Amino acid sequence: MNRAVSKVIGIGKQQGLLVAFAVLILVFSLTAPGLFLTPKNITLVLRQIAIWGVIACGMTLVIVSGHWDLSVGSLTSLTTVVAITLHDKIGPIPAIIIALLVGLLSGMISGYLVGYQKLNSLIITLGMMGVLQAITLIYTGGKYSRIVEPEETWFSFIGRGFVWQIPFPVILLAAIGVVFTILLTRTVYGRRVRAVGGNPVASKFTGIRESFVVMSAFMLTGLLTGIGGVMLGSRMMAAQNYIGSGYEFQVITGVILGGTSLTGGEGNIFKSIIGIVIIGMLNNWFILMGMQYYYQWAAQWVIILAVVWIDVAGKRARAME
Amino acid sequence: MIKTLKANSIYRTIRKVVITGPIWAVLLGVFIIASVVTPDFLSLRNLTNILLQSSLNGMLAIGMTFLMINGYFDLSVGTAMGFCAVLTIGMQPYGLITAILAALVAGLAIGAINGLFVVKAKINAFVVTLAAFIGLRGLIFIYTGERSIVGQVDGFATFGMSEILGFPTLALLMLVFLVIAEFTLRKTGHGRNTYAIGGNAEAARNAGVPVERTTFINFMLCGLGAAIGGIFIASRMNAATPMLGWPDTNLKIIATVALGGTKLRGGFGSMIHTLGGLLTLAIISNSMDLLNVPSFYNRLSMGLILMLVVYIDAKFKPTAA
Repeated sequence: MNRAVSKVIGIGKQQGLLVAFAVLILVFSLTAPGLFLTPKNITLVLRQIAIWGVIACGMTLVIVSGHWDLSVGSLTSLTTVVAITLHDKIGPIPAIIIALLVGLLSGMISGYLVGYQKLNSLIITLGMMGVLQAITLIYTGGKYSRIVEPEETWFSFIGRGFVWQIPFPVILLAAIGVVFTILLTRTVYGRRVRAVGGNPVASKFTGIRESFVVMSAFMLTGLLTGIGGVMLGSRMMAAQNYIGSGYEFQVITGVILGGTSLTGGEGNIFKSIIGIVIIGMLNNWFILMGMQYYYQWAAQWVIILAVVWIDVAGKRARAME
Repeated sequence: MIKTLKANSIYRTIRKVVITGPIWAVLLGVFIIASVVTPDFLSLRNLTNILLQSSLNGMLAIGMTFLMINGYFDLSVGTAMGFCAVLTIGMQPYGLITAILAALVAGLAIGAINGLFVVKAKINAFVVTLAAFIGLRGLIFIYTGERSIVGQVDGFATFGMSEILGFPTLALLMLVFLVIAEFTLRKTGHGRNTYAIGGNAEAARNAGVPVERTTFINFMLCGLGAAIGGIFIASRMNAATPMLGWPDTNLKIIATVALGGTKLRGGFGSMIHTLGGLLTLAIISNSMDLLNVPSFYNRLSMGLILMLVVYIDAKFKPTAA
């Protein structure tokens, strides 16, 4: 009996995510016929999740290296607001560059404190979450910010544009996903990230500069969050100060759904993005079914516990064998 | 002879308190600075107000201290408090007692769910409580339908505003709970087990300490603290809003407990010192309010204080706990 269960879990575990993905698409299209599986709706979902997906590429790296970044939501708020307010003052390109630099800098600060000072990443980034949100509010004075003439600028292309019927944010996500997949699986750097997260002691003996690896993972996450902020700003062309609040949860949920090990060492960018797509489909389905958007929060509570439980149980079953 | 001995022991007690809890020196410093720079700070009315304000967060911090000594965090306390406050107000048509009982049961149940998934399913406590954090926010929105709700029992609000001999009743209640909690930590088997597990879970297990049961109980105590805090805030406002406890109450509470000297890795800490952390943060935010500093600077200081405490915690480990 137990063996049968663990075998089922084992098979499910192998390609569990893709199986779940297929089942969910089937269930969603059957329960929302003619609404869910339309090109328009799929485009909508993909456009919505593109920002989370981009941030998730970095978050996967951070989690694989054995840490967490809770500050990405607040950092999205800050970089979005920075990109929007500076757009009218100094033009789109400088505004984008500064937003990216803000992201990079924030990631560098968290990364330095976690990597070089060996501080608990969960608490440090929880602190950064408060600090960045406060900086956002101080920067705007609590006011709503927007681009005055949204029709006059090419800036909106990043978030709203299409290339051959494909939304530009999705193309951006695909490109970043490919780059980060190669980075994580095919480069020396990626191998070091995995080594640092999987076996910190051994990686130290092999001479890997753990501090630098961790810091750079945070910096890349900061940079990607900056890109996410620019994408969000460009899609909305306006921002309130809490616009990214809660993103950290969506992103972390997606990465966990994607099977990235919570203790570090293993992860897969492609699966993280699939995890994010699942979250996006779920949110979309709730709305198609006429439920309020906040039902998804309660649902995510259940889903994340279930998925992680299956993951942990599967690992334990394999460890027993 | 006897006199000098007594003086000596008093001196030694004070010295011990200052060495084990430098927070009291910090509190004194903050108090002096606040009374100098803030004109109306030293009025009796304001000081009782500070006590009253800290009574709400105090209940959450008491529960969190148990859990942090045990070596875990609970990121869900903020929305757990909000959910219990919403229940206390929303269930009043069924009687005040029913409403309060519902809130207490809900708090215990939240703690039990968190504890169960951490202890039995062995899922990372951070993931479990982060999921609960968002999930409970969903439940709050579902229950209230995104609206603020107002209480119907007038006596309940009078109770929240009442005073005993010039002291706010809620603050006195919080202090009573704090003393009971300190007693539990110092004098009961459960308290000793909590310290043992936080200090070294493996050694505690080998020594026959019921690690799982103790951890589970501490999660429930944390939920109970959030429930009582929720009841307090409901009775003070005689209303509940869906935004209660969002987004950074957890940040504030963890900062409070860590500032009080509880080790982030567990095994060391005390309720009395948590009170020191609580009063320090309450004085800081109170004098910022009196000086008309925008509230986001308050959040900035919370984040920075938390990061600073983690830094000090990591760099200056006490030699004897």
